[in-house]
Amino acid sequence: MNFFFRKELLVGLSAVVLGLAAGAILMAVTGNNPFAGYFYLFAGGLMNLERLGNTLAMATPLILTGLSVAFAFRTGLFNIGAAGQALMGGLVATTLALTLGLPKGLILPIILVAAAAAGALWAWLPGLLKARFNVHEVVSTIMMNWIAYWVTYYTIPTFFKGSFETESRLIPEAASLKIPLLTQLFSGSYINLGLLVSLLAVVVISVVLNRTVLGYRLKAVGYNRFAAEYAGVNVNRHIVASMAIAGALAGLAGATFYVGYTSSMQIGVLPSIGLDGIAVALLASNSPLGVMGSAIFFGILQSGKGFMNAMTKIPPEIGDTIIATIIYFAATSVLIERWFDTMAKNRGGKNRV
Amino acid sequence: MFDIILHIFPYAIAFTIPLLVTSLGGLYSERSGVVNIGLEGLMIVGSFASAAATVALYPVLGPNAVWFGLLAAVVAGALFSLLHAFASINLNANQVISGTAINMIAGALTVYIARTLTGSGNIQIKQGVPRVDIPFLSDIPVVGPLLFQKTYATTWIVLGLWLLLWFVLYKTPFGLRLRACGEHPHAADSAGVNVQAIRYAAVVISGALAGLGGATILLTYSGEFNGQVAGLGFLALAALIFGQWKPLGILGACFFFGFAATLANASQAEPALKVIPDVILKVFPYAVTLIALVLLSKKSQAPRAAGEPFEAGKR
Repeated sequence: MNFFFRKELLVGLSAVVLGLAAGAILMAVTGNNPFAGYFYLFAGGLMNLERLGNTLAMATPLILTGLSVAFAFRTGLFNIGAAGQALMGGLVATTLALTLGLPKGLILPIILVAAAAAGALWAWLPGLLKARFNVHEVVSTIMMNWIAYWVTYYTIPTFFKGSFETESRLIPEAASLKIPLLTQLFSGSYINLGLLVSLLAVVVISVVLNRTVLGYRLKAVGYNRFAAEYAGVNVNRHIVASMAIAGALAGLAGATFYVGYTSSMQIGVLPSIGLDGIAVALLASNSPLGVMGSAIFFGILQSGKGFMNAMTKIPPEIGDTIIATIIYFAATSVLIERWFDTMAKNRGGKNRV
Repeated sequence: MFDIILHIFPYAIAFTIPLLVTSLGGLYSERSGVVNIGLEGLMIVGSFASAAATVALYPVLGPNAVWFGLLAAVVAGALFSLLHAFASINLNANQVISGTAINMIAGALTVYIARTLTGSGNIQIKQGVPRVDIPFLSDIPVVGPLLFQKTYATTWIVLGLWLLLWFVLYKTPFGLRLRACGEHPHAADSAGVNVQAIRYAAVVISGALAGLGGATILLTYSGEFNGQVAGLGFLALAALIFGQWKPLGILGACFFFGFAATLANASQAEPALKVIPDVILKVFPYAVTLIALVLLSKKSQAPRAAGEPFEAGKR
């Protein structure tokens, strides 16, 4: 088991190294200095307390969407709909933040619970369709993503139009997840209470998956749905439950993004935290602790790219390109694994001689 | 009512055509057994390639540059789809993950290159595909103005492709083998069909067609590359499913979705359409696809082996 863990870690790290190498080649080909590029990219994410805070704030929703995708993966489900679930969570959070005039201590729990419920509902339906009608969850969650996109697209300007046509009104200070203590501690960064929510979620999901009957059954369904059914697990109910929990995590991600990281809700974009969540989960081999690590790594790339763009001529899209390339290398990890196996075999051979 | 139809008809066609050609790409890939949710990314690649080629060649070729733009998109889409083919055919990788990676790489990489080329992430073209009146046919009353006046050349190219692709899929040995690979690759294998080669060909065709789809958007109604195609690749996937993996079904589904989307856009200008809230018209194609999936779940026509890696030794 220990060996297996190490191999997964090695494969993940190799995907990262290969992704960074591909990024370096791209920078060099387009006439930039990759060493300077990476120096400013990582400096931009880690240089001082404010930037570190921004990196953690960027990582917060990624931890939650990463957990969402990883959790569903463990039950053998591919939740490609984290973006839509986060959008619905964000929409409900924004709606409550702009309409309820309650004190902070009261409104924040309400917002978080409601956002989680909205996300759960948005994933519950694909889960139900999968369990009842065997509708593939990849297709149904993609459809749900675009339904969420258009619902948000028309709801925000109709009810909460801000200073721009494409934006909601600003979230009042009393309903924001940002708190003065954290903001001051990290000299004015975007860091917010969402970070604590996401770290708590890592612990809870880790315990559920590894230490509870529910988690055991969910994983059993993921390994072999027919064997699980034969052993007496109600497979359909567990598929629906797994999707709903994954959706709740993505809904929370939406709340931390739209009423924590940003101060208003933009329309016309599916939040990138959805697809990035898949990258996070893949790189982490679906382990909750790994999700935290890889989300923070992607957070560095995402928050450092602006600084890099200001100091060099490298376009900020390099961050997304590197993340995307890492997923591709993670998807083709068979190649890396084969290479490691041959290496191990060769070394074993030599030692014997 | 007829006025409204007359007014939105050209827009609906313009919206439908790129959707149709991309969906046909998805058809070829999935009928061969490879799920391709990277269509969106391949469209973006096509859109970028056509913009770059058209802008680069405009000073030399003038209005004729668009044809090379279309060609560049086809080539770029085909080349880019090799990434997906390699991962899903050679390495037996999870096809959905590989497709997701394609979508992400395409979206980020093209904007990166566009920014390097132009400074902003956008590329604007000077002139798109010319609009032509079809001789004789355009003079027919009612039907003429509706179908044959001021049509984009790409519309006829794509409709011609639809016919060709239908013929290849159902009436040629290649098409038969392709369908066999999607239904039962091992049977095809034992009959002497090279499953991997057929699947490679199918994925590359899907990349070329999706690239053409992206280019069609750019060279007809959008006119500017900005790193996205507004989810049309996913809508094409929905049309593929709603059309039950059949060319005729796809044609119907694409026109259906095209009109629904155009109605939603036009309802700002047409008072008669104001009664239906925009959001319902926009959500319509996706909701309908979900319902269709449920209704057809018992007798789905999905290729049986779609999404499953082919391992020759597995029985």
